[in-house]
This record gives sequence, C-alpha cells and structure tokens, in this order.
Amino acid sequence: MKAIFALEDGRTFPCKSFTGPGEAWGEAVFNTGMTGYQEVLSDPSYRGQVVTMTYPLIGNYGVNPEDIESNRIQVAAFVIREYQPCYSNWRATMSLSDYLKSQHIMGIDDLDTRALTLHLRQRGAMRAYISTEDLNPEHCVEKARSIPSMIGRNLVRVVSPERPFRWENGRAVFDDAPESLMSSDVWRCPEKKAVIAMDCGAKYNILRCLEAAGCEVIVVPSGTPASVIREMKPDGIFLSNGPGDPEPVQDTVQTVRELLGFRPIFGICLGIQMLGLAMGGRTSKLKFGHRGANQPVKNLMTGRIEITSQNHGFVVDIDSLDPKSVEITHVNLNDGTLEGFRHKSLPVFAVQYHPEASPGPHDARYLFDDFVHLMDR
Amino acid sequence: MPKRTDIHSILLLGAGPIIISQACEFDYSGTQACKALREEGYRVILVNSNPATIMTDPQMADRTYIEPITAEIVTRIIEKERPDALLPTLGGQTGLNTAVAVAEAGVLERYGVEMIGASLPAIKKAEDRDLFRQAMQRIGLRIPKSGIATNMDQCRAIAREIGFPIIVRPSFTLGGTGGGVVYNPEDLETIARSGLEASLIGQVMLEESVLGWKEFELEVMRDNKDNVVIICSIENIDPMGVHTGDSITVAPIQTLSDKEYQRLRDGSIAIMREIGVDTGGSNVQFAVNPENGDLVVVEMNPRVSRSSALASKATGYPIAKIAAKLAVGYTLDEIPNDITGRTMASFEPTIDYCVVKIPRFTFEKFPETPDYLTTAMKSVGETMSIGRTFKEALQKGIRSLETGRQGLGADGKDGAPALAEIRQKLATPNSTRLFYLRHALQAGMTISEIHDLTKIDPWFLYQIRQIVEMENELAGHKGPLSEDRLWEAKRNGFSDIQIAHLTGGSAEDIRMHRKALGIKPAYKLVDTCAAEFEAATPYYYSTYERESEARVSERRKVMILGGGPNRIGQGIEFDYCCVHSSMALREMGIESIMVNSNPETVSTDYDTSDKLYFEPLTFEDVMHIVETEKPEGVIVQFGGQTPLNLSVALHRAGVPILGTQPESIEMAEDRKLFQAMLQRLGLHQPANGTAESVEEALVVAEAIGYPVVVRPSYVLGGRAMKIVYERSELEGFTRLAIAASPGHPVLIDHFLEDAIEIDVDAISDGQCSVIGGIMEHIEEAGIHSGDSACVLPPFSLKPAMIEEITRATKAMAHELHVVGLMNVQYAIKADRLYVLEVNPRASRTVPFVSKATGAPLAKMATRIMMGQSLDEIGLTTEVVPKHISVKEAVLPFNRFPDVDTLLGPEMKSTGEVMGIADEFGLAFAKAQLGSGQKSPLAGNVFISVKDRDKQAAIDLGRHFERMGFGIVTTHGTGEWFSRHGIPNRVINKVSMGRPHVVDAIKNGEIQLVVNTGFGNQTKRDGYYLRRAALKYAVPYTTTLAGAIAIARGIESLKTKTLDVTPLQEYYEKRKEE
Repeated sequence: MKAIFALEDGRTFPCKSFTGPGEAWGEAVFNTGMTGYQEVLSDPSYRGQVVTMTYPLIGNYGVNPEDIESNRIQVAAFVIREYQPCYSNWRATMSLSDYLKSQHIMGIDDLDTRALTLHLRQRGAMRAYISTEDLNPEHCVEKARSIPSMIGRNLVRVVSPERPFRWENGRAVFDDAPESLMSSDVWRCPEKKAVIAMDCGAKYNILRCLEAAGCEVIVVPSGTPASVIREMKPDGIFLSNGPGDPEPVQDTVQTVRELLGFRPIFGICLGIQMLGLAMGGRTSKLKFGHRGANQPVKNLMTGRIEITSQNHGFVVDIDSLDPKSVEITHVNLNDGTLEGFRHKSLPVFAVQYHPEASPGPHDARYLFDDFVHLMDR
Repeated sequence: MPKRTDIHSILLLGAGPIIISQACEFDYSGTQACKALREEGYRVILVNSNPATIMTDPQMADRTYIEPITAEIVTRIIEKERPDALLPTLGGQTGLNTAVAVAEAGVLERYGVEMIGASLPAIKKAEDRDLFRQAMQRIGLRIPKSGIATNMDQCRAIAREIGFPIIVRPSFTLGGTGGGVVYNPEDLETIARSGLEASLIGQVMLEESVLGWKEFELEVMRDNKDNVVIICSIENIDPMGVHTGDSITVAPIQTLSDKEYQRLRDGSIAIMREIGVDTGGSNVQFAVNPENGDLVVVEMNPRVSRSSALASKATGYPIAKIAAKLAVGYTLDEIPNDITGRTMASFEPTIDYCVVKIPRFTFEKFPETPDYLTTAMKSVGETMSIGRTFKEALQKGIRSLETGRQGLGADGKDGAPALAEIRQKLATPNSTRLFYLRHALQAGMTISEIHDLTKIDPWFLYQIRQIVEMENELAGHKGPLSEDRLWEAKRNGFSDIQIAHLTGGSAEDIRMHRKALGIKPAYKLVDTCAAEFEAATPYYYSTYERESEARVSERRKVMILGGGPNRIGQGIEFDYCCVHSSMALREMGIESIMVNSNPETVSTDYDTSDKLYFEPLTFEDVMHIVETEKPEGVIVQFGGQTPLNLSVALHRAGVPILGTQPESIEMAEDRKLFQAMLQRLGLHQPANGTAESVEEALVVAEAIGYPVVVRPSYVLGGRAMKIVYERSELEGFTRLAIAASPGHPVLIDHFLEDAIEIDVDAISDGQCSVIGGIMEHIEEAGIHSGDSACVLPPFSLKPAMIEEITRATKAMAHELHVVGLMNVQYAIKADRLYVLEVNPRASRTVPFVSKATGAPLAKMATRIMMGQSLDEIGLTTEVVPKHISVKEAVLPFNRFPDVDTLLGPEMKSTGEVMGIADEFGLAFAKAQLGSGQKSPLAGNVFISVKDRDKQAAIDLGRHFERMGFGIVTTHGTGEWFSRHGIPNRVINKVSMGRPHVVDAIKNGEIQLVVNTGFGNQTKRDGYYLRRAALKYAVPYTTTLAGAIAIARGIESLKTKTLDVTPLQEYYEKRKEE
C-alpha cells in the first residue's frame, strides 16, 4: 500500500506500508544493527520514535516469544527497505508484519533507508509523519512540524510501570498488594543481593542480567520517592534506561540525588544521565544519536575496547562533571563522548551504553558483576 | 601501544602460484601488508614465487625474492637478510606451512627471528585437528564427534564408533584436498586413504557428519591488548557438505536472530583467545542445526584467508592491512579507519546492503571429473556483487560470473529439464544447482520439497521464488512495461537482456525505454558504517534506489575495465595489468576509475584507484557507470577477454576506447582480415581454413593436411581446442567446437609438429614499437602457451631469427595501429617463422616480462594510451636481461580426480611461478621447485617415449646416465636405448601385467617420470602412469623438451649452489653495466 514519509524539514520519501492503512508520527532515528529488530521494537527507550533500520532486509527470521525487551512494541513506527514476509528460523512463531499489526504499529518498507539515514546524519534527528491516507507531501510535512519535540518531553512517565513488580525467573511477577513490594520485608533470598531497579523504561534483559549475576530484583516505578527506597533497605539501586530527554525527568533526578551515598548505585543509559544531572552535570542532545550494536567504547581503567550496544539521543556533557568527585571511566572512540563514569568517593558508577546488549555484543557483561562486587563491600 | 621499535626488518611470506583454494586474495593481502609495514618504516623482505602479483613489484618491498617458497629457500633468505621478524599469516596456507617448517627446523631460533602475528603453538593448535578438538572442549564448545587417524585401521575403527555418514578432513592441506564425505565402508577405503596421502603429516580426522546444517563464518580480528572485533559475518547458501570456497555465500548472516548471532560472536572470541592468535585476522566456521539451533565449530584459520578478502571487500574494512599493523604492536584503537578517515579500526563494520559471492567453476575443462561439489574445493575463481536486496545482488552476481548468463534464468539459455533430472541436480550439490532451483520452482515443486532435497534454508528459496514469480509476471506481459513494473523488475535485479527476453524487443529497446522513463541505477557507497559517518573513500555499487551518492569530479578521468572472476585462462595476470594501469593514471594526475567484480584482487582494493565501482562487467552495467562518470575514455586492453568482448558495443555506443581501436582488435580476431594483413606483410601462417559444419571441416582438413588444430573463435584459454590426427577424431570434436562458440565458425589450422613456440610481448605508440620480451617455450608448439614453461631471453634461437621475430612483430603492430600492448605467438619449424596468433592487448605474460626485464609494460602502455610516445616515456630499445628467467605453469590436476595430466592446446593451468638465475639450469630448477615439483638429485628416472621422440631421447638418456641416475624404461624405449648403449631396466606397462611401472612408483623406485606417449593404444597406460605420478608426488613431464630441461636443471642443482637473489639486485646489476 502506497505511503508517504515526511520530515519536518520538508523532505519526503515515497514508500509503502506492509501493515495496512494508517498514520504514525514521532522522532525519526536510525539504528545500524544488522540483527535484533524484535529487541529494538520492544525497547522502551524507543518510545515516541520512528525507527529505521539501516540493514535493508528485515523480517528474515520472523518473531518469537522470547526476544522481547518489554511487554509491548514501543516504537511509533518501523521503517525498512525491504520487508521479508517469508521468514525462516526454528524459533520463529509469527511474521514481523503480524507482530506489528497485532499491536497496531505501522510497518513501512520500500523506502530508500540509506538516503533517509544520510539525511538524518546530516540534518540531525527530526520529527517525521507517515501516512497511507493523505499522500500530499505538503500536508504531511505540515503534520510532521506539528508533532511535539523530543526536547523537554518527559517520556519516562509514559513507559514507567504503574505498579512495582518482582523480577523472578526471567519474568515480571506482580503482586495483588503492590504496597507489600515496597517494604523491607520484601526480600526473600538472603544469599542474593537485594536490588531495587528504578524502572524508567527498563529493558527486560537488564533485569535478566541482574538476576543472572545473583541479584534479587524488585522493580519500582520511576516516581518512587527516596524515602520509600531507603525503607526497603536494598543492597543496591539500579537506574534503568528510558526514552527521551533526561532533563524533564526532574522528580527522578531529585530522588537519585537524595540516594547518592545511601547504597551502591549502578546506572545504564538514561540512568547515567540522571546520575550526571543529580551530581551537577549537564546533558545535551546529540545530532543524530548513537543507535546500533557496533559502537566502540574504551574502558579507561583497563585500556580495553568494548564493542557496545547503544541507544541514546542525549548524553552527559563530558566536561560538565566535577573532576574532583567524578572519574570518567569510559569514552566513545568514534566521537569522544562520555560513555561511563564513577564517583571517586561514593559507590556510584554508570554507563551510557547497554551492557545487557540484546541486541548486540556481550563485551560489557562484566559490569553486572562489578555491581554485585560493589554491593559486597 | 605504539608500534614496536625493537624490530626493524620483517620477512613476509607470500602464497606462491595461484592454485585452487589459494588465489589472488593472497596478493591482495600481501600487497596490503607490504604497504602497511613500509608505511611504518620497516624494512620489508618479501618471498613469493609468483611473478604475476603486485606484491612482487620491486617497489612494494625493500628486498623482493621471486624464489620458491620452501623451507630450504626461506632459510637461505633468512641467512642472507637476517630479518628481525617473520610474519607468516598473510601468505595463505603455503606461507603458514612454510613458516612452521622453518620454525620447527630451528632456523628462527638460530638467527634470532621472531615469529609475529601468530606463534608456532597457536598455529599448531588451530591446524592440528586433535589439538583443536581439545582446545574447543576446554572452552565448552562442541565440535562434531571425531577421531584422528594416521592409518586405515584406525580409520575403520573410528568409523565404526561414529557411524556413517562421516566427513574426512586431512590435516595440513589446502582447500580440503583429499577430504570428502563418506557414506559407507567402501567410500571410506578410497576417500580416507586419499586423505591420508594428501595430508602433509599423514593424518586425517574422521568426523560426525553435520551435512545439511546451516554454515556460517565469522571474520575476527584481535590485537595484543586482547581486543577482539568481528569484521563480517557470512552465511553459506549451500549448507554443510560443500566447501565454503565452492558455496554461494551471503554477507551478512541472513537467517539468525541477534541471540543466535551473538552465540557465534561469543564463540569466535573465545576461540581466538583459547587458540592464542596474538594479533591479526582469523576465520571461524560454525555449523548450526536448522531444527533446534545446536551449534558446532567446524574450523578456524589462524591467518588471513580467502574469506578475509571477501569480508574486506564486502565491508570496506582492510583486514590484511590492519592485521599487519597489529602484528607490529599497534592496537585497534590506534589505527584509523581509512574509509571514514575519522573513526578508528576498533569497531565492527555494519553494512546496509547485501553481498553475494558466487564461485566460478571450470568442470568443462576436466570432463573426466564429475560435476559434484564436496568438501574439497574445486572452483577456480569467484565474483562478488552488492545490492540493496538479496535478489538484486544474486542476479548481479550471476551476470558477473561471465558464464553467458544474464541473471537467474530468463535469458533464453534454459531448457526445461525433466523432473527426475531436477531432483537429481538438487540432491547432489553441483556447479549449476542455482539454476535448478529455478527449474524446480518453474516445474511446480514446493519450497519444502526443494528444501528437503537441498537443505538450503527456506529463506533463500523464498527469495528465489520471488525472482521466479517476477519472471513469470514479466513473461505474461508483452510490450513495453509500465514505469512501476519496470522499476520493480530492475529492483529485483533483472537485466535489460532478461527483460527483453521476457517481454519482447531488444535489450537496447529496454534501455531506451528506461532512459525515457528516467529509470537508472543509483550508486551507493560501501562505507563500513551504514552511513553513520561520512565516507572518505569512493567505493561504489549500483542499486535501483532514488538517491545516488556518486561524486562526479571535474577532473580528467579514465575508466579501466577489469577482468572479472578468475578462471583458467584469465586470472591474476590481467588484474596485475589493470592495477598498473591505474597506478600510471594516478601518477599522471588523471583520475582512475576501476570497474571489476572480483573480490580477490588488488584492483578491487579501495585505495588502488581514485574510484572503485564494484560491478558486473556487462554492457548494461558498464554503460551506466560511463553515463554517470563521463570519463574521457575507457581502457579495455588490460582485463583480458572480458573488456575486449565489450569494446565493440561500447565503441558503437559512442564510448571512446583508449589505445588500440576496436577495428584493429577485429582485424586480429577476424580470420580473413588477419590473413590478408599477413599476406601484405609477407608473413606466414600455418595452412588453415574455417568451417561451419562437420562436413566443411572434413574438407578443410583434407586440404591442409593432418594433423590439424581445431578450435572455436572468440574464446580464451584454448577452450574446446584440440589437435586432431585423423578424420575419425575430427567429426566428434568439430561438433563440440561448434557448440562452444555458437554462431561463429570453427577454425582449423595445420598443426606444426615439433615446432618451437615463441611468445612476444610488444608495446607500440602507433608510430614506433619496442619489444617487451621474447620468450621461448620449453614445450613444443601445440601445448597451450599458458601451460608451457618459457624462458626469457630465448635460449636456442639464432640472432637472425630473433631479428626476424622483432621485424615481424613491429610490422604487425604498425599495420594494426596498435597503441598500447600487443602479444604475438609464433612457431618456428625448419628455420621458418609462422605467425600463430596476434592479440592486440595485454597478455598473460606481461607481468612475467615486466619482472624479468624491470620494464613495467602495463604502466608504460597506459602512458602511451594517454598520448605519450615511447620516446617520451624513455623506452626506445628492448631490454634484454643478462639473467635467465623461467616461467613455469602450475596445474590443478590433484584437485580433479581421474583427469589425465597430459598437456594439450586447451589451457589447464591455474597459475605460474618464476625462477630467476644467472644460468638456465638453475633458473629452470627454481621454477620447478616453485611449482611444487621437486627434481630428484639421484635415483631412477623412468623414460617412455613415443617413436617420434626416440632420436632425441638418446641424448636425454645419456645425460641422466652421466648424472648417475638409473634408467627404467618400457619395452620399446628400452630396446632403443640398449641399441644405443644406454643401460636400462625394462619394466611392464600397466596393460602388460604386474609388477608394472605403477607398482614401481608406489614402491618409491621411481623418482622422475618422462612419458611422452600418446595415441589410443598407449593412452590408458600413460594415463595410469601419469595419475600415479601425480598421486605419489613423483615429478613428471609429458614432453621430451620438458625432460631435457629438467635434466639440465638437475645437473645445475648437482653442480652449483642454489643462490637466492632479490629482484632489486638483478636490476641494479643491469644498471651498472
């Protein structure tokens, strides 16, 4: 079905919908990973974004019930070069198209995704509008311009869970009495580290990794006050990834500020940004972000290079942190941006990239063990 | 860590001659390594016996030894040069094996040479099957159940334990020679035995079969800080059971989810660490059970490989260059990524297109070998294509193969085979299976039926079905296509010829229709990063998309058409010429634009030319580039027959052809025009005629007299060419020749028996000509020039004859208005000079001549094509070196079971080596050694010659006798020798009963075989003998001239020392004189 893809700067692309009629909008971004479309689709950090994959053939291995990163598809729309209706893989249970359709997410193909990517690289991530109904380019560009900007929007509120839950055996377990999960007697396994994960849109694989590293994990909404967390008496606190601009997420940043020094804290992605803000740093928007599975990061403490999975449009400014209290531990080798830091005196460390991968390489899995060791002390 | 300063000079081992499983890719990797190391200021000492390589150009290394790559020779070079380090991982298996041999002999220790890149223990751990198995177990990876055997009893015991089918893999071999799939105890006896023989250490692994499992490869890099990155992932369309070199492969992996891919990635990294490859690139192969994802490790190569070259071209990431830099101490984050210019090599390339590699086979040249694909590699070349969809890339790849196909069928070349044939061709992997997938779908077979027979992943079958569906849709539509439909067809990779075939009209009509609609391809960049960063290097592929990224400059620019996939008859020599041409253009400040489809080559390296278009060499694809770039001209002289075949069509389309004009090419190819020219010049050629039917052929042959040479026109490498001695043979063969080049007459020449053959390369600026080199063949005329050994300068010609050759060559160059290079083949019989063939283009011998004389002919020819005169470039007289250079052909017979090794007019060799010395004997002996034939210094020589050779054989027999060899003969030759007082021992031919000569070979009683038998009576005998010699690695020759040369070589080896001398020294010596 013919469709049009319009950007706020006036550029339009002819394309087709492989999920039937509809319209969709959001911030257009590109991901350079060659595998892992299902994980991308279900990653809450993509909330509000129209994601294009630079690899042209998508859908090849179908969709399965295991490779999900949250309880729903998160992207606003999915844009690819050539959709593969015929999939082949022993784990696949349905086609990508059926998966998207089941959650009313638009799938677009037959678009020159390389041209789109080049455009976004040169002009920066921007708002996009897609329609199969109104194919008038001018109208669509107008609509793209009327979409709210990513800057200043608090998207965490949208993806953070309403209720706390227990992460056990690789899945979320809710309790009929949610408040019972918010007390110090919630912990069942004394041999494990008691970890509270503040869920700003956490990927399941982070929780899986924490569990695998020997943690008992209680996931709480991002708005949970510091006092409640203190009362729960955890061994450590984890700050999750999440979508969009960290600055408007002021309540959670304030919570983090209050928790500094209370217990070991480990942050990933939005987590590092909130920590950065809480410690007096600044964040800013990257031109087109880092999204993919091949970003080289140097661990300055070991000199080793990690190939990392990334998904962020905002970053902590590397020179905004006080060098007296914060040590830069990881930098991006492509553009020199901040990828990780630790506090010099408090048990706090964080990375901008995704050590839980999914999709992507497993080079940085050691960070989960580091967190556990930090809680040992 | 910055580069090491404790080492200053590095010895680099090349891969030697082009053979099946070891081709241009090692010139590509070696050249990159040489450049990378010299860039860092190291003194590079290079050893490679292959003169047709760019890496052996004298300016690529500080010391270039064109010497045999054997432990003994390398030891001498180490003694002489005293390098600080030896880098063994860039010269293929040959380089690696030789380095191991030198290290184990204690040579490195003795001279304080450090092995860099991979240590001896790491190499052994990866290469020795038993050690590898243990290593994999240690890191929790499964490898197929297996056992190691060093004799047949052990093989049988292991087979009982594992159960059939079993895969036999010999340790330390090239491309799995001697390996294979064993389905029953009977197979085991033959295949395991040949595996034991093929292994350098007499060891095979018998392995649980994972036939039909999905096969994957990862290219991995590691630095000395233990940083590991994956450069490229590759999926084989042909599942386990077909050698990866013979498989159609795709990059990146298509049918694994991220979870499954990461298992392979984690596994590869663990393997790199466990094996302990210090630095550099390696290749890891996995098999995955399509039913449940079970994973096994197949093998790992601790060195740069064929797949590394493919991965480099597929991603733009220069694996060999980076490997060389890592070997001298850099880490990945210290080396810039040349393609982006601003990011570092420590990342994993991501691609936004689909790459398909298709192997090219030449079973037609070895009719005795059935067209089956197994775990022993048989393909002689490959092509790579890039598209934004798999379908586009696949169809482009098929066009790039240059086998006459325009895509996946729909080009008028398909029959409609019966279902039984289709099933058989699907079930047994073979070189044409891809086309049978289409046949099967057209015949109504389902994806699951096809999958059951082929085990090819359904995803690929779906893709092929989409192509077939598009074909059928187009076929149902007569007349001009709508814009949308045409756009769709092009986006699915259909060529204009296919569309014309399906919808009617000519390809030109389709082209014009497209032009009118504005449908043309866009050019996208290969940039390692899927557009995330700006690319500095213009490396393009075409695709039907909306936005083109071609950056067309305003500079003077020239396009060079490459040679496409390697094949017998057209290989690395032509790529060498194209690369030189590009260098010359760049030196002149002219933008060079390379067009080629061969991923193995130096010409398709991103920094060889100013621009690279990785495209099929067809009229349609080339025209698109011409229309985009608008070069001032196109060079067609250097890529062999491929660009030459396009020259007329390009010329007609108004594209300026640089250098010799298509009319002249036509004059040399057209019999009648050519004959008229020779008459005008008073030159002779053997009596000849043409025929379009068998009847005509018989008449012509009668008229000119037997024996005759019969061949089709417009083919390279002597395809379907034969010497015919009698009428009965002529009929059958003429039919074949007509089929080989339909629509063209068959050429019939009188065959000059026992004539001397001469090859001449010359260069002309349209006014003056200079001889590049005159080469005298060792073997007599009638053996294809590509299969003959030859010598420069000539060794038996009188000055008057050389004078005459020079005169004739120049006269023809003038008459043909040659501007650039020209090659002439002559025969001399009874002091009379005959012209056999003239090719107004670069020939196979250009690199050899250039290396022998030091005159870079292809570069010079390029300057001339750009308008300079010979005078201006300073080439006014022929360079006749004092030293002797011998070129020897390398033949692939050990890859083709049951093929007769007898040489003839059809070219069979895959590569060549060069031997250089101050006298003929040593130069010849070096060439023999380089080609893998180790001449014996003592023992018995078996001599059996045909009647016509008997007179000349007397001297040969006496020579061997004088050198202390025992002489073993067959009855006829024995009697003759006895009559002439040459002591000999007569032995039975095979047909006369045992014990016979083959028994003697098996028992190690024969050290050299001279067998010139021919004719039907002795054919079988000769055949058994030659195959036995091949199998037991006993040097053999099938010509008397070859035998005489071997004898001279042996004499030199016995009486003189085998010195090693770098090219630079030969050239300096000449300058001083």
